[in-house]
Amino acid sequence: MTTVARRTLPLLPLLVVPAVALNLLTFLYPMIRLLSLAFYEGFPGGGIGDELSLAVWQSMLEDDFYPGLLLNSLWTAIQITVIALVCAYPLALFVHRAPARWRNILVVACISPLLLSAVVRTYGWMLILGDAGFVPSLLRAIGFDPPRLVFNATGVVIGLAEILMPYMILSLLAGFGRLNPTLDEAAASLGAPPFTVFRRVILPLSLPGVLLGCLLVFVLSVSSFVTPKILGGGRVLLLATEIYDQAIVTLNWPLAAALSLVTLIVFGCALVAYGRIARRVELGSA
Amino acid sequence: MRGPRIGRMAFGLIVLLMFIFLLAPVVLVVPMSLSAGSTLEWPPPGWSLRWYWALLEQREMGEALRNSLYLAILVTVISLLVAMPACLALARGRFRGREALLALLSLPLLLPSIVLGLALLLVFVQFGLLGSWTGLIMAHLLATVPYALRVLNTALGTLPASVEEAAASLGAPPSRVFWRVTLPLMARGVIATAAIVFLVSFDEVVITLFVVGPQLTTLPVWLFHYVEARMDPLVAAISVLMILFTLTLVMVLERAIGLRRAVGSQQ
Repeated sequence: MTTVARRTLPLLPLLVVPAVALNLLTFLYPMIRLLSLAFYEGFPGGGIGDELSLAVWQSMLEDDFYPGLLLNSLWTAIQITVIALVCAYPLALFVHRAPARWRNILVVACISPLLLSAVVRTYGWMLILGDAGFVPSLLRAIGFDPPRLVFNATGVVIGLAEILMPYMILSLLAGFGRLNPTLDEAAASLGAPPFTVFRRVILPLSLPGVLLGCLLVFVLSVSSFVTPKILGGGRVLLLATEIYDQAIVTLNWPLAAALSLVTLIVFGCALVAYGRIARRVELGSA
Repeated sequence: MRGPRIGRMAFGLIVLLMFIFLLAPVVLVVPMSLSAGSTLEWPPPGWSLRWYWALLEQREMGEALRNSLYLAILVTVISLLVAMPACLALARGRFRGREALLALLSLPLLLPSIVLGLALLLVFVQFGLLGSWTGLIMAHLLATVPYALRVLNTALGTLPASVEEAAASLGAPPSRVFWRVTLPLMARGVIATAAIVFLVSFDEVVITLFVVGPQLTTLPVWLFHYVEARMDPLVAAISVLMILFTLTLVMVLERAIGLRRAVGSQQ
């Protein structure tokens, strides 16, 4: 049997060639070119210097705008991650505990928004938060003077937290997989009040899912572009929106490339931090 | 038992609020699309189908929709043709560097689209591919092939190689093993992959924004520019149609392999 199977093998690896060729053409080569471009001088209008230089980096560090941009992006992403976690946790716990035949429907309801265009979902938030939108009209009707909810950071944070919530729910559900309902029943039957059951049993066991969800939502909010652009109305400046502006509007490609490299470094740092914390959590619960 | 009951009601209330939070933007688009007004004011001043009729007059949008549909179909077919053999080689072949290759092929999924889009822009400028069909197809394949590989890999992973070996040991040549055993057994996985790839391509906006040209645009890019420039219920009308379309594909996916596995496999 194995001899027959083995006879078919020599040519089998060749089947991967088209996929690899496509990857080299549309991914590896463009990425190498992008990263190398960050080390040339750039001139607005598409001009690129001839020699390797750190001019872009020097100008970024001298200008207060760019360090501020990075901090603003990180702070916005942290706010979004915390809100998404707080909102998704009870939902995921509810879905996890639902009876099997309901669970499937609930999971589909929670994550199918992911398959909808980001433009459509952002537009939906415009309907809710816009100046004449659902929430401001409601607040006005009950006698409040509504604060401005769009074209500022508030709108971006609310909108993105909701748009990225399905990723958090998915990760939490994966984490809850290790949570056995008999465990919290056991704790409760021994007299633990519900909050103690949550703090001492449910929360520690779900930490790996929490970490994964936070990582995903954090990196996705650092790199998201459509929602900040529309809900921010050009007034919320983040790494991703600045990359787009430099690439498409100002045509300063080396600067856009350098900002991309900064984004990738943020991604790398988030991954390393995740790895470290996840290992400590695993050790702690073992 | 008074304490727990109040606690459970509070928990239920929080869950309900969070469900509303999660689904509100998708749900509120429906009444807004039926507004008789011409702004996004709430509540709408009256009800009408005028924005649905207005869709028919949007010539540019119609063209963008047609482009998006052609593109998504082409990209789905090519993605399957590229990812299916690669997946077979990676799952069934025994050669060095398999893990590394799979990682390389999945890597685009982990990196921010905005960076991928910029990288393609820089290379497409060089080769004159901006605003061309070739460029658009390549850009979308960059986004879809890693998805296709992941979902197919999951489907193939649940299929024991021993079934194929049994067929081969009975004298079936490799091509017949593939067409008569492997493919039928993973048909659901292939359907799910096609549905996911189609949706990813049809909804792709960030990478596409970097590579479209004035003559060739897609529906999400057109919508993005429209929403950036002005706000009226027209987009609500097209959104409702897109939601219905997505729901149909979600049901296909759910039936084929389960939505959670299809979407979850991207991590």
